[in-house]
Amino acid sequence: MRGRGMRRRCAKPLAAEKRRRGKVGLNPTLRATLAVLALSGTAAGADGLATPLTATPGDPARGAQIVTDPQHGLCTLCHAGPFPQVAFTGTLGPDLTGVGARRTLADLRQQIVDSRRANPDTIMPPYHSTEGLNRVGERWQGTTLMTAQEVEDVVAYLATLTGDTP
Amino acid sequence: MIRAAVLAGIVLALPAGAQDRRTGYDDMSPALQAMQDDPMNPAAFWLIDGEALWSEPAGTRGQSCADCHDAAEDSMAGVAARYPAWDEEQAAPVDLNGRIALCRDRHQGAGPQDRADPDILALLAYVTHQSRGMPLTPDPDPRLDPARARGETLFTTRMGQLNLSCAQCHDDNSGGHLAAALIPQGHPTGYPQYRLEWETLGTLERRIRGCLTGVRAEPFAPGSADFIALALYLQSRAAGLQVETLPIRP
Ligand code: HEC
Ligand code: HEC
Repeated sequence: MRGRGMRRRCAKPLAAEKRRRGKVGLNPTLRATLAVLALSGTAAGADGLATPLTATPGDPARGAQIVTDPQHGLCTLCHAGPFPQVAFTGTLGPDLTGVGARRTLADLRQQIVDSRRANPDTIMPPYHSTEGLNRVGERWQGTTLMTAQEVEDVVAYLATLTGDTP
Repeated sequence: MIRAAVLAGIVLALPAGAQDRRTGYDDMSPALQAMQDDPMNPAAFWLIDGEALWSEPAGTRGQSCADCHDAAEDSMAGVAARYPAWDEEQAAPVDLNGRIALCRDRHQGAGPQDRADPDILALLAYVTHQSRGMPLTPDPDPRLDPARARGETLFTTRMGQLNLSCAQCHDDNSGGHLAAALIPQGHPTGYPQYRLEWETLGTLERRIRGCLTGVRAEPFAPGSADFIALALYLQSRAAGLQVETLPIRP
């Protein structure tokens, strides 16, 4: 399963090329339509989610807190990365070191909002989608793992992870 | 010689991958393994209680387990390795916990029992101890097959807000780490178990409740048909692995 995820990523256009394509001035209405399509799951998601989910720009410092808090973001249950303050990181996902350099903002946003769009077999939880979930515990029904603003904060933080050493 | 040939035959007949199945015991640190191997480990107190309860009259009929079953060493050998089994009266599968509760109710007149009642846990530990080291041998009664199939479906269905199935962790990612925890293959060989995290003895049901709340899914109701279906599937998935007592887990 993980192998498939990896191969898929490698087959994607280079991050730099995608960044360039992102800048081609789509008109705002078309952009919003595309974002809605992506959110409703009809767009295959190959180009990620270019439009921020909120008007307030993400705060990387808050994002860092969320990502490194094993109770909140849960990210370090699966991912290692440049987080010396986290004592134990898991091995189920790729190391997040340098992820801000290899992925576009749109890609990162989509991976957090609903990673199933890029890889239907992913084990990474959908952080801002309740679509297709089954047997969700009573306490969590109708809620998402993260609010829209938290997604933006996390994306803003991940974008800062451009170094190649932890 | 014949025995070796038979064993080889069994090994060859196991499904692919069965030969590298690992129990939770295999995955534990040597220190924890040594703790489990010590006959006076924390689970031993439960065993001692269970042995006393075996011959203690209980309920309105004043009967003990021993009054019906004599020495547990003989009558209970292999039982825990075989359960869940079919209950004629309910026309449904029951697990060992349910069987003990049914005996207390039907034959001792002791009334309905909470599945997590300390006396039930002690009896469960004592009865299970009589199958120590025996291979898990699923009951071949075909009436159990639909529930076992339902258990497999549950095992492979994504659940909860984290949207993960049992199989994604215990088949696809066993041996990996979820933060500090090594993901075991999830074989039900050591129950009831003394879990250091719980500081007490607990059932398979409690363990699975932990996995389900971990992925923010609604746990199965105690003793529910779905839980027993899952237990049946886990047992067939672990067929041939040995019953561990007195089990310790982190
Ligand atoms: C249960 C495991 C799990 C959890 C929890 C998890 N991830 Fe992931 N993540 C994965 C896997 C596996 C992949 C590989 C791609 C795929 O299959 O989707 C991945 C991929 C990624 C990627 C792309 C990495 C790359 O190298 O391009 C990013 C970014 C990411 N995750 C961030 C996060 C963040 C941030 C969180 C927490 C808010 C998180 N993940 C939580 C398992 C997880
Ligand atoms: C997100 C990953 C994950 C999911 C999903 C999950 N588990 Fe687990 N499970 C674990 C981990 C990690 C442990 C070991 C915890 C420890 O010992 O600290 C474990 C332990 C177990 C054990 C104990 C094995 C032993 O040696 O005693 C059983 C049985 C089990 N799980 C069954 C299940 C079942 C059944 C499901 C689905 C209903 C399930 N698990 C879902 C991660 C998971």
